[in-house]
Amino acid sequence: MDEHRIAVTVNGTRRESAVEARRTLADFLREDCELTGTHLGCEHGVCGACTVVLDGEAVRSCLLFAVQADGADVVTIEGLGGPDGALSSVQEAFRAEHGLQCGFCTPGFVVTVTQLLRENPKPNDDEIRAGISGNLCRCTGYQGIIKAVRRAAETGP
Amino acid sequence: MTADVGVGTAHSAGRFVGQSVTRREDPRLLTGHGRYVDDVVVPGMLHAAFVRSDLARGRITRLEVDAARAHPGVTAVFTAADLNPDAGSLQPTMFQGDTPPSPCAPVRLLADGDVRFVGDPVAIVVATSRYVAEDACELVEVDYAATDPIVDPERAMTETDELVHPELGSNIAMAVPTPPDPDLEAIFESAAHVVHETFHQHRHSCVPMEARGVVAAYEPTSGELDIWLSTQNPHEARQVCSRLTGVPAHKVRVRAADVGGGFGQKYFLQRDEQVVVATARRIGRAVKWIEDRRENLIAANHARADRITVDVAVDAEGHLLAARLDHLEDCGAYPLGGTGGVGPFVAMLFPGPYRIGRLGFVSTAVWTNTSGRGAYRGPWMLETVAREQMVDVVARAIGMDPLEVRRRNVISSAELPFTTAMGMELDHVTPAETLEQAVEIIGYDAFRAEQQRAFETEGRLLGIGIGLYVEPTSMGSGSLGVETATVRVQPGGTVTVMLGTGSHGQGVETTMAQVVAEHLGVELDDVVVVQGDTATSPFGAGTGGSRTAVVAGGATREASLQVREKVVEIAAHLLEAAPEDLEVIDGQVSVRGTPSKGVPLTEVARVAYNDPAELPPGVAPSLEATVSYQAPPITWSNACHVCTVEVDPETGLVTILRYVVSEDCGVMINPMIVEGQIAGGVVQGIGGVLYEHLIYDDQGTPLTTTFLDYLLPTASEVPEIEYGHVETRSPTPGGHKGMGEGGAIGSPPAVFNAVADALARRGATVSEQPLTPTRILDALADV
Repeated sequence: MDEHRIAVTVNGTRRESAVEARRTLADFLREDCELTGTHLGCEHGVCGACTVVLDGEAVRSCLLFAVQADGADVVTIEGLGGPDGALSSVQEAFRAEHGLQCGFCTPGFVVTVTQLLRENPKPNDDEIRAGISGNLCRCTGYQGIIKAVRRAAETGP
Repeated sequence: MTADVGVGTAHSAGRFVGQSVTRREDPRLLTGHGRYVDDVVVPGMLHAAFVRSDLARGRITRLEVDAARAHPGVTAVFTAADLNPDAGSLQPTMFQGDTPPSPCAPVRLLADGDVRFVGDPVAIVVATSRYVAEDACELVEVDYAATDPIVDPERAMTETDELVHPELGSNIAMAVPTPPDPDLEAIFESAAHVVHETFHQHRHSCVPMEARGVVAAYEPTSGELDIWLSTQNPHEARQVCSRLTGVPAHKVRVRAADVGGGFGQKYFLQRDEQVVVATARRIGRAVKWIEDRRENLIAANHARADRITVDVAVDAEGHLLAARLDHLEDCGAYPLGGTGGVGPFVAMLFPGPYRIGRLGFVSTAVWTNTSGRGAYRGPWMLETVAREQMVDVVARAIGMDPLEVRRRNVISSAELPFTTAMGMELDHVTPAETLEQAVEIIGYDAFRAEQQRAFETEGRLLGIGIGLYVEPTSMGSGSLGVETATVRVQPGGTVTVMLGTGSHGQGVETTMAQVVAEHLGVELDDVVVVQGDTATSPFGAGTGGSRTAVVAGGATREASLQVREKVVEIAAHLLEAAPEDLEVIDGQVSVRGTPSKGVPLTEVARVAYNDPAELPPGVAPSLEATVSYQAPPITWSNACHVCTVEVDPETGLVTILRYVVSEDCGVMINPMIVEGQIAGGVVQGIGGVLYEHLIYDDQGTPLTTTFLDYLLPTASEVPEIEYGHVETRSPTPGGHKGMGEGGAIGSPPAVFNAVADALARRGATVSEQPLTPTRILDALADV
């Protein structure tokens, strides 16, 4: 099958690769870039586990082809913490509020919430719930996640 | 909001046990550095995809795989003819005896000659990538001679030549008849009221966010089978894979690092993973299979799917005198070990927290051409659903408030130990206390007044529902009753504990470290928990059945205390002090009241490993203990759920206004984690009652194959859950009780009752789930 040369900046590092047209951005990130923090929970754009930031917007990497990210700037869950492994304020808030259990949906939530707070640093409760309603979690009942967003909004970036 | 009531004993927060310490699992999971099965890469690894039946029942008349085998990048395509003849037993270990405890389906590795549900695996394709494997699946040609499927469990009860499993000669998987009981009938004949209702609990399931997955690698020269698996129960998986492949168990290693949820679905090893393991064994390569969501929704085990008819005899004062149950359970085609045939458990537990004097029951489990039934957080929770929903039906029938009916029937602490009508002995439980705490938190009487005002002045439909239950956790039968812990102080003084658990979100690495730190007397950060790997952990029965705190916790506590005893003995020798005068705190052994006279654990460990001549006479080197703990048959926990809802009569939409859980799980190891477990279970129950439904059409075709069709609750639908805690110590080490499943047991009837209570304002009734807007509008229209 034909391959296409692409160049994508991922977490600040330029990555060049030859990919099939059908290769998803998620598979490109997980397998070609070996960034396995981006998870696949449904592969049809509902669960949000695969959420990454593409040119400043939260997107579903399972619904994009890698070729669509050619020339783009992508930030994954691995790009949100400090280089020394320090947690971001959103990550800290998730930990403090028990906003995760099995952790599988967590990268998608953390990316979504990070982007949500960039766009709306002081969301009210309705905005928080609406802002994360495109991500599914099966463990927490969203209790700790909602509290984590409130906490992260209070502490700021 | 959290309320606390100590009952019997004061609250038992220790230095570490009882503290809401943040989880050590979190930093890796929050930064994308968890290690789930799909993250595992093995050199030379191939990728598998399945060809599955798109027909519920029929003969395979042609199966053509040559084109797929010839496809570039394909290594192997296997059908039943290739894999089934060499396969050993596929059944769980508990089915290896002569008398299986529940229905045992004639399971085949791959569908052989016929297919029995949509999703039945017909062939496996192994290729260089999942993309190529799926391409080749398209090239496999299968022709079927379709036959009418058995989809409706009521039809499975009737005499028919159409059999799900022709070799069994019947669609009845299990029938538990009721012996004549004149005393029971006499109670019914003389009762002031007899109330009758039938409830349908619809098919829904676990739906972990990480679907199933496995990487299996067989190395022919060493004969070793290495398996990375998304599982709750690695040791069971090892036993199954050994029997399946013939590779002796000591050469099979099963590892589960991070597991993305299970809720019962990953407790037993299912067919699909077994096919992958058999394939890897056959080709001598590493093979990865990661289930996609469609596969998970059609082929991973389903749950619930019951019909139960309840008759209750009630006296003039609202006392529940006796009950009769008629239960029909849909097992699907291939239920998974111990999860079909839950009827006897439902009956045994039905009396629950009430003084119901006598019980009769009939239970029938049937095969259908649908995905098999599996464990889901409280596999027998129908007992609580049926009982608690029935209490509300009784209350409406006799004109008494459902809270009052519960108050008149609930077993009080003064009556303990109490033997139920089914012979279960309840003790160390607080159903009455949790009931009162929950209704106090929610403000029951004030809500009733507001409910009446809102209806009379504005026509609004508010409702309140209660779900009260006692839960048999940590069942002590067979291997389920035992866990083994090895607690080892390493030569450097840090501590490793090795466990047979299979944490999949419960934070076992954190909670068991708390137990060790508490009882050994070390800093929390100096303890590491190793689990989820058969090569490095003692045999255990994994994490499920609300058993880890009690059984693994019991073993961990006892092993920690044994090591501590040895630490003290060595330190006493070094300090020339009496052992009984010593205490161990944060890794420092010192004379009580004289902290300056002491020796650090690092020095005790150095002596134990590197300087055995310094040891007291007769004391062996090293510093570790392995303890197997046998739990009692049942460790009861209990809780009361109360929620309030508003039903929109125009749209049928249900909004949950408030949700309160008062629970008694004994001594909490980590209250934050306890509340997190409750919350997750509650929201699963909310999803189950209001949104989630695995639907088949009359040809057995699943209609809910994506998350657009199978609706999970989102953050927009869930209430903020409020908690109350009552603490009664269990008689097990540490006083803990199991609680992982309870949230999902108490919530369905609480939500159902609240909606039914709201609808009752208008005289409308419901008895089937899910309570979709359509069903609610239909109920209101029927009045």
